[in-house]
Amino acid sequence: MDTQPKIETKNLNFYYGSKQALRNINLVCAGRRVTAIIGPSGCGKSTFIRTLNRMNDVIAGTRTEGEVLLGGININSPAVDVVELRKDVGMVFQKPNPFPKSIFDNVAYGLRINNGKSRAEIEEAVEKSLIEAALWDEVKDRLKENAFDLSGGQQQRLCIARALAVEPKVILFDEPCSAIDPISTAKIEDLIMKMKKNYTVVIVTHNMQQAARVSDFTAFMMLGELIEFDKAEKIFTNPANKLTEDYITGRFG
Amino acid sequence: MDRKIDTELNSLNEKLLHMARLAEESVALAVKSLKERKEAFAQDVFKREESLHLLEVEIDELCMRLLALRQPVASDLRFITSAMKIGSELERVGDLAVNIAEVSVDLLKQPPLKPLIDIPRMASLAQGMIKDSLDAYVNRDEKLARAVCERDDEVDSLNDQIFRELLTYMMSDRATIDRAVGLILIGRHLERIADHATNIGEDVIFIVLGKTIKHHIEEIRRQAAAEAK
Repeated sequence: MDTQPKIETKNLNFYYGSKQALRNINLVCAGRRVTAIIGPSGCGKSTFIRTLNRMNDVIAGTRTEGEVLLGGININSPAVDVVELRKDVGMVFQKPNPFPKSIFDNVAYGLRINNGKSRAEIEEAVEKSLIEAALWDEVKDRLKENAFDLSGGQQQRLCIARALAVEPKVILFDEPCSAIDPISTAKIEDLIMKMKKNYTVVIVTHNMQQAARVSDFTAFMMLGELIEFDKAEKIFTNPANKLTEDYITGRFG
Repeated sequence: MDRKIDTELNSLNEKLLHMARLAEESVALAVKSLKERKEAFAQDVFKREESLHLLEVEIDELCMRLLALRQPVASDLRFITSAMKIGSELERVGDLAVNIAEVSVDLLKQPPLKPLIDIPRMASLAQGMIKDSLDAYVNRDEKLARAVCERDDEVDSLNDQIFRELLTYMMSDRATIDRAVGLILIGRHLERIADHATNIGEDVIFIVLGKTIKHHIEEIRRQAAAEAK
């Protein structure tokens, strides 16, 4: 497989109306690596990750300045088709959000709307995605059942399978484990670490230990600014910035 | 913000300081028993040994608990992992003081071989290094810690000098061998005490800067990298 593209922001500013939520963010999320974004509530980490596939577009009165480059192309330029973009940059959210459909149809959904694949091709892609999301063995005999019958952790892995089915380049995780139990969390973390072989992964998490466990690089944000960015190992053993130190050791936040 | 971990880190710090005090006293008393030719001081050293052992184990247990339950990071992590090492260093210092006291008790049964000059000098150097390494620890003083590490060579050369001098005694008169060997051992123990002070200094630098300086590790890594190419 080709090397997946990095995702890079240059002088990125973002506003909700007159309120500035991101201040001049320059960050490179390396291809086929896991980059974690940590920081206190309201620091802009979710806003940041949502700028990477233009999820903020749907919020009225928002404004983006600066560049978000995916493989060197500015995703905010008029030439970019936002539907295509979100196919390339998939997203998994805080709470599992399967569609009220069967397990199979959830994963097949993106494949059906995106292009005219044959039934056999779709079946193959669904199986492959479910295997990749470490869910296949648990659901292979009940693909016709409603997705809501799955446990929370299974639903989240289903959402991951759904994101993988359209063969994205980048996957964004916004607090993917905040609503699920520790065993499911461990499974998803394991998945994230495996996924970086094939995808560029960016994860926002409140859970510092999770960032330490899964990420290659960690970014610490505060009040809309990027305070420190480095290898995860460096951030968690010897951060350069006092604010990072104070946050990760629990002195504030 | 008040952190739950701070109470435990303070208790860890107190245990280390308690150990430090006992180890420093042990060294001072051991040397005193030798210089003043009084066995009572040696007995005071033996009394401290058990407390040092107890504290070392308590420190290890506390650190294990903190690592398992609090998942410390950054300066907390560096402090806890270094506290385990400093605890072992201090325990070793205490043991060496006991070794000195034991030799001293032996020597007291015989007339003095010679007036002691270099051994007390070496002892005060080693004691000073222990004291400074612990002051550096208390004040997180990276400069003082470095200064301690630099003094190690001085102790080493004094030890060599003592060895050479006592060798001449032994060669000229076999009756001095027993006592000379005793003094050589004491020199050796003091030299080891200075080594432990140096290790503590290195640990302090790691706590403060997150940087490993021991074994000239950067140089070794550079060479290994160069050889790999």
